[in-house]
Amino acid sequence: MTSKQNDFTLKLWNFFCSLKLTLFLLISLAVISIIGTVVPQGIPPVEYLEQISPVKQKLYENLGLFDMYHSWWFVLMLSLLTLNLICCSIKRLPYIWKIIRNPVLVLDRALEHSMAVKKSFKVYGNPADMRDKAAAFLKAEFAEPVVTEVDGVWHLFAQKHPWSRLSVYFVHLSVIVIFAGAIIGSLFGFKGFVNISEGDSASKITTQSGKEIELGFSVRCDQFTLTNYPTGAPKEFKSILTVLENGKPVQDYLHARVIVNEPLTYKGVTFYQASYGNGGNYFFRYADLEGKNIKEISVPADSEATLPDGSTMHLLEAVPDLSPYEKELSGPAARLEIHPPSGPAKIIIAYGNYPELNLREARDAKNDYVIHYRGIEEKLYTGLQVAKDPGVWVVWAGCLMMVAGIYVAFFMSHRRVWVRIEKGSVTMGGNSNKNQGAFSQKFDFLAESLEKEISREKK
Amino acid sequence: MTSSILFNITTFIYLGSMFLFFIFMFSKTKISGSAGIAAAAAGLIVQSAAIILRWKESYDMGFGHAPLSNLYESVVFFAWTIVLIYIYLDFRYRYRVIGAFVMPFALLAMAWAQLGLNDGIQPLVPALQSDWLLYHVITCFLGYAAFAVACGISIMYLIKASSEAEGEKGAGSGLLSMFPPVRVLDDLNYRAIMIGFPLLTLGIITGAVWANYAWGTYWSWDPKETWSLIVWFIYAAFLHARITKGWVGKRAAWLSIIGFAATIFCYLGVNLLLSGLHSYGGGK
Ligand code: HEM
Repeated sequence: MTSKQNDFTLKLWNFFCSLKLTLFLLISLAVISIIGTVVPQGIPPVEYLEQISPVKQKLYENLGLFDMYHSWWFVLMLSLLTLNLICCSIKRLPYIWKIIRNPVLVLDRALEHSMAVKKSFKVYGNPADMRDKAAAFLKAEFAEPVVTEVDGVWHLFAQKHPWSRLSVYFVHLSVIVIFAGAIIGSLFGFKGFVNISEGDSASKITTQSGKEIELGFSVRCDQFTLTNYPTGAPKEFKSILTVLENGKPVQDYLHARVIVNEPLTYKGVTFYQASYGNGGNYFFRYADLEGKNIKEISVPADSEATLPDGSTMHLLEAVPDLSPYEKELSGPAARLEIHPPSGPAKIIIAYGNYPELNLREARDAKNDYVIHYRGIEEKLYTGLQVAKDPGVWVVWAGCLMMVAGIYVAFFMSHRRVWVRIEKGSVTMGGNSNKNQGAFSQKFDFLAESLEKEISREKK
Repeated sequence: MTSSILFNITTFIYLGSMFLFFIFMFSKTKISGSAGIAAAAAGLIVQSAAIILRWKESYDMGFGHAPLSNLYESVVFFAWTIVLIYIYLDFRYRYRVIGAFVMPFALLAMAWAQLGLNDGIQPLVPALQSDWLLYHVITCFLGYAAFAVACGISIMYLIKASSEAEGEKGAGSGLLSMFPPVRVLDDLNYRAIMIGFPLLTLGIITGAVWANYAWGTYWSWDPKETWSLIVWFIYAAFLHARITKGWVGKRAAWLSIIGFAATIFCYLGVNLLLSGLHSYGGGK
């Protein structure tokens, strides 16, 4: 039983250590990730949903395809990759550590046999002298050797960059560090947005999921400006912001400039210029069918107004000029939705230039009042993206580790050279864990130079 | 002299270079190979001058910026990086015939840019006004170019390997005798990817840093980001495949070709077929 269990544990361990699993996971992740670049992520647009059948829509929703990179199965794949990475590293690290810390110092026949490159030559002279010559030579041309004597035979061992062998594990660790940073960010950070009209301030933001978050301070928009190139293309979106603590401006955060690509950070919360729009009121005139009892009404863009008869009125959309939409008409117009105190909602159009059309709208809707559109107050608001991410520095640390680790892993190698000096002959062997071609050239050069160096003695 | 004339000249030089490499491959006269690489280098110099001139021209128009801001400029830069990486590899390893399989990529890019794309110099929209644009685009494109070279080498590998498998008649004689041995091609494929992978990694990271700086999110799974990650996964698989037995050679060559196909989709397909933050010149 226990042996069976061990057998199973071992199998599981080997499964998670295997590079086949790595290949499977990397390629599967590559293929599966394509889905989310074709199916829109987040709240799917209405036009998209109209294209697909309700059955499909339900299926996609249940599979999490509209937010696939956070779905349980995608996260599971990433977790498996991480587990694979950790197991594989644990399995191989002791072996690598041994190579680094306890190098084989003695070039015996078996090791000589396994060398990728080797060379031997005849010499005459005193082995001890040759040993000193060779040690000095290696120190100058390659690396300081460790000298060992076994049965009157001298062995020299020199190595370069043994630590480079760890770089791969450093890269692997960096993947885990980046994941850790992402998790910290999603647990302790937030992302949202806020629209602030010129002159107003805000102390709350709304997250993508619709939750409101208190900032603990407030931000005032002093001004928003939009600049265009002569061609009409936008050149700059600029907000002037002031941070307020208890209603008082904070030093250094008074009239701070925020443009696209130049955000403002205060207490770990960063404000990014994202959009803009008109936040002013829309003005209407209310009158009875005879044109008496006139009342001026203003509707904020994102809110509603109450009419004298108790109805509520929302603005659906407003245009400054009708002519692109209606051939015979021009001037401003607004589409309104009116909810009477009782009965169904009505949709009417209020024109700026056509009182007679407004009267007809009122008749058609069986209203006992007429609504005229008066126009709009220009008051820009700035749209700010707001984010706090305490994990971001962990992510950057991971990225730095990854780049450094990949550089070392690809462009540095652990090179080792052994020299055996016995009476009458010198034998050299060497190997490199990477880029064998470049190493064998270096090795040939070392061997030739050493031969010259040592033979010079005998003259 | 305008940059646009220089770009046209570059295109013709690359065309010439490609034909010289073809002649070299068929005739095996050494001189045509040397002429091919010399032409490639001359083209690179003319193109560098053209890029710098275009940069200056944008300043003369009053809204100077590096010429990396729209599809035309990026395709031209892609051609430039391909030739640069190829010349570097030739300098290091001296397998001239590879030019016959790499220069077509550079020529194709230049010809498409000159004939099919709008080459007007436009001012930068606010979203692109950042130094990070430069770091991000340069690293990404150098990476893409290394993958293009690796793809060319892999195609050579597959041609050579299949003719060797068919029998000796192809291997010793004809065109294929000009090809480096399959072992060398396999190794060169790996080396080109060893250049490309760190550069792509840097490209993704600089993109993330920029996104974080400009929008407050280093990663938002936008289609372009996701595709760059897909490409990265494929080449990571390639690197690990080599460590496992049995994945060198043919499978590695295929993985490299698939990787480059994904690279091209990441670069062009996403812009032309999918939507997202990166639609060049289309604003935010
Ligand atoms: C996204 C995740 C990963 C990245 C970015 C990554 C990166 C790397 C890099 C750059 C190398 C060096 C390759 C070379 O020298 O050609 C490498 C080697 C290696 N990787 Fe990964 N790796 C990842 C996942 C994994 C996983 C999940 C495993 C689990 C088995 C693994 C096992 C190995 C092994 C065994 C080596 C070779 C070590 C050696 O040469 O001694 N890697 N990895």
